[in-house]
This record gives sequence, structure tokens and C-alpha cells, in this order.
Amino acid sequence: MVIKKFMHITKELVEHLAKLALLELTEEEVTRYTRELDSLIGYFEKLNELNTTHIEPTYQVVPEAIVFREDSVQESFKREEWLKVVPQQEEGAIKVPKIIDVG
Amino acid sequence: MIPLYDYSLDELSQKLQKKEVSSVELTQSVLKRIEETKAKLNTFITLTKESALQTAKTVDQKRIKGEVLSPLAGIPIALKDIFLTQGIKTTCCSKILSQFIPPYDSTVVKRLKQNDVVLVGKLNMDEFAMGSSNENSCFGPVKNPWDLERTPGGSSGGSAAAVAASQCLGAFGTDTGGSIRQPASLCGVVGIKPTYGRVSRYGIIAFASSLDQVGPFGKRVKDVAHLLKAVAGRDSMDSTSADMKVPDYTQFLTKDIKGLKIGIAKEYFIKGMEASTEKVVHKAIDHLKKLGAKIIDVSLPHTSYAVPTYYLIATAEASSNLARYDGVKYGYRAKASTLQEMYRKTRGEGFGREVKRRIMLGTFVLSSGYYDAYYKKASQVRTLIKRDFDEAFKHCDLIVTPTSPTTAFKLGEKMEDPLQMYLSDIFTISANLAGLPGLVLPCGFDEKNLPIGLQILGPHFKEEKIFHLAYAYEQSTEWHQRKPTV
Repeated sequence: MVIKKFMHITKELVEHLAKLALLELTEEEVTRYTRELDSLIGYFEKLNELNTTHIEPTYQVVPEAIVFREDSVQESFKREEWLKVVPQQEEGAIKVPKIIDVG
Repeated sequence: MIPLYDYSLDELSQKLQKKEVSSVELTQSVLKRIEETKAKLNTFITLTKESALQTAKTVDQKRIKGEVLSPLAGIPIALKDIFLTQGIKTTCCSKILSQFIPPYDSTVVKRLKQNDVVLVGKLNMDEFAMGSSNENSCFGPVKNPWDLERTPGGSSGGSAAAVAASQCLGAFGTDTGGSIRQPASLCGVVGIKPTYGRVSRYGIIAFASSLDQVGPFGKRVKDVAHLLKAVAGRDSMDSTSADMKVPDYTQFLTKDIKGLKIGIAKEYFIKGMEASTEKVVHKAIDHLKKLGAKIIDVSLPHTSYAVPTYYLIATAEASSNLARYDGVKYGYRAKASTLQEMYRKTRGEGFGREVKRRIMLGTFVLSSGYYDAYYKKASQVRTLIKRDFDEAFKHCDLIVTPTSPTTAFKLGEKMEDPLQMYLSDIFTISANLAGLPGLVLPCGFDEKNLPIGLQILGPHFKEEKIFHLAYAYEQSTEWHQRKPTV
């Protein structure tokens, strides 16, 4: 069966997606992902063979696997334990580079 | 004399209980085996020798005192490097977590400790469990013990290879689209992905949260039954962990399967699959018939849509789950002068090629303007795939299928063609989309002496039925007795 292709992935779209996903990509990566995403999305459009107009989407398949617990106060982790894994810290707080970026 | 590491978990459990061997002796045997073979296979990321011997000693003392112990007490096992282990490095085989030492244990690890299991180390895997060949690891690929030039499968390739090579008596992995079952098949061991919700995901690094599930690997069906029982069941720390009773799976291991209805779906025997795999699986089905099972034709008409459905849903969930790796609170942080630059560089440098590819895909399918056409569409097709199984299980107790269209492929063979790599998951991903339990066990070998696995799928929370059939098949064949020479 010939699959009609609707979507072309362009270099501009890949650059836009990288921006949304906060990923710094090299020129070579942009070229590679443009090619690969285009081929993958082309294949994924096989789903358009199916009419799903009246089909409910499924996001969770096992009804038993939704269980709530009491919203009660419980002991949490100690601050100093977590600070051990922080890349950079100062006076018990997490330190990050300058937040306000002009431009 | 057979070295201790070469026995099965269940055999060693009995030897320990009868005090024929001590856990220290067994652990030393396993550690020696690891030392002799780990360079060839590249299975272990972290070894926990000292704490393993310490635990073994403690267990031996408990046993001498006459304490009632778990069947797993004193048994050396290993974990995919995706399970958080307090004080032990947990990397997910990603540069972004390569120095991460978690401050707490995952629920699975907690339960294994309550069972006095001896943890010998953490195992190699595809970065963030994304891959079907274990080649996407920042620590390099794992080699298949049956042929060192071939992949062990993925993403739990280290777990499957370590069990196959007797570097541990059991291992745990995770399965989002086949990541336990496909490597079990390619390495000739037993592995089960339980029902979604059967095992707590608390403290397991998330890939795709509506699909991820934890499961054990072992050399024998009974070993895997022991291991699953120890970790399964409700955990208040995971709202998707079901409040369902956990049966003692080892009680269902009988050889009589007369009258059991086994569904066979023609959609699982496709063009492009290797002739030897097809032949061996058909032979296994004939064997089940001889054992008294009733073979019934069922249809799963949406099977060919499973790969695109899966890769749209899994990448969407992954792009959202992996947003947490930003260099702020833990993990790798790139040098940068502004926060925005730090985010972009940390993620650009910290993630590998496949992980970035999936984040990009997932970002695309969730992005404004494309969401309905891709993510919602895939979620609707997921409904159709689930309905296929609901309908099929009205006519049969279990479904038997091949696991992978091919035996272990060569390292590097599919690395430049992501679509070919994704298609190697074709027989395993439907179970994740439908939340079903699936077990894989060896059912033969191809002409290159590479193992072939049989997959048994069951309805939600019917793991005991799967174990029953698997055990009956295993005990009436000799495939499980073959070992790779490493």
C-alpha cells in the first residue's frame, strides 16, 4: 500500500524543536535529526490508514493501577542528604548561573 | 565438580537452606566468575564486592542462629543501572547521571534487602533504557555471551547477558517496549515483564511512565517466579502500583497443562522474520499441543500499527520525563554564564544520540499543531490494540508468539538506521501498550547456535498462568540446560 505522506520535517522545524526541548545541537546533529525524523514520521503516518474518529484515546490501560493514598504528612528526605548531589551550592542553597539574560 | 555459580537460583536456595553451602562461599564463587568474564562482556558498571560479602556473612550468621529466611536469602543478584540504590552510583548509562549517587533506595531494592538478597553490582544498559541492542550506553556495548560479536539485545542487555554467563543468579531489568523480553530471547534466559502496576516503579528512573514496568531475569522459570514474588505488590509510594494480592507463583509450577487454551495469532508470523525463528517457534507450539494444550487461532488485527503507536507515545512521555535533567539539582552540569545556556549545554552534552533523537521526536508529537495528528492519534490506536487482546482472551487463556523476528544481530548492524532498530521490537511492544504480562523462555537455537525465545502473553494480573505454562514447557524440553562458553 502506498502511504500518503503529509508532513515534511525541515531544518527550521528541528531547530525550533531543539529550542523547545532546551537542547543545544551541533550543525551535524541538526542535519542528522532532520533526515531521521523525516523518515520516522513518514513511517509513523501509517496510522492514518486507520479511521479513529469515534475511538476514545487510552492513556492508562490497567484500571487497577490507579490507587490513591491518604494525603498525610510523612517524613521526607533530609536537606543535607540532597545537598550532597547538588552540582553547585552556597550556604545550604542550590547555586545556578545568572537567571536574567538580557536579550 | 560443577562450580557454584553454574547452578540455578532455586537449586542454590535449597543448598543454602540445607546448609550445604554458605552464602559467603556462593558469593565468592560468583565474584570470581565476574572477575574472569566481565572484561569480555562489559556487563557490570559498578561492582559492590565488599558490601556483597558483608551481606553474605550476615545472612550466614542469621541462618546459623536459626532465623526463618526468604528463599532468596544469601543469593547473589545484580540490577540494571536504572534502579536507585542508596549510596551506590546509579547512572542509567548516561553521561548526565554518570556521577549520581542516590540518597535513597527504590522500592524494589528495599524489598530485595528485606529478602536478604546479596547485591553484587549494577549492570550495563541502553542510556535511559532507550534501545534494542545495548549499544546506546555511555559505557560501551554489552557483548552477547553466545557470540561476542553480537548484541545481547536491549535495553536490559547487561541483565540478560550477566544471567546467561552466570555472573549472578538472577537480575532485574525494566521493560517499556520489550527491554526485558527481547534481551532474554537473544541471550537464552528467562525474563518476565509483569502486568503494568504489578511492581512499584518508585525509585526507578522513568522513561515512559504509562509503559514502564520492572521484572526479573533468571536461568529457570522457577528462579524468576521466586524473584517476582519478592518485589511485587502494592507500594504507597507509587500511585500506579495496584492493590492486588500477590500469589506465591512457585505454587503454580506443575507440568500438567491439559485443556489449557493457547491462542496463536497469524499477525505474529510476518514477512521479514528469520526462517529459523519461525520454524523453532512453530515447533514449540506443536510441543505444547503434545503436552495437551488446545491450540486456538486468534486474531490481533492491529499488530502492524504497534511500532508507530509505541514510538509516538513512548517518545512523548520520555521528552516530558527527561525534562528534569537540567543541571540544577543533580547530575552533570555544563559550564555556562547564564541559566538558559546552562540548560541547553547540559542537555546537549549530557544526553547521547538516541536519547536526543527521542526527546526531539517526543517534543514534536506533543507540540502545538501536531498533538492531535500524532499523540492523540496514537493514543486512539492504543485503544484498538488493547481491544484486540480483550477480544482474543475471550477465546483463550494465554497467547504464544515469537519474541524477536531475528536472533542476536551483529554489533553495529542497525546503529545507522533507527527505523530498522525500532522494528526489532515488533513482537514485544503490544504487551506494553495493553499493559499485559509477558514471559520469555528459551525454545531452541538457530543454525548459528544463537538462542531463540518463546513469548507467552496473558491477561492482566494472570502471571501465575504464564508461569504454569512456561514451567511445563521448560521441564519437558532441554533448552534451558544449554550454556554459552565464555
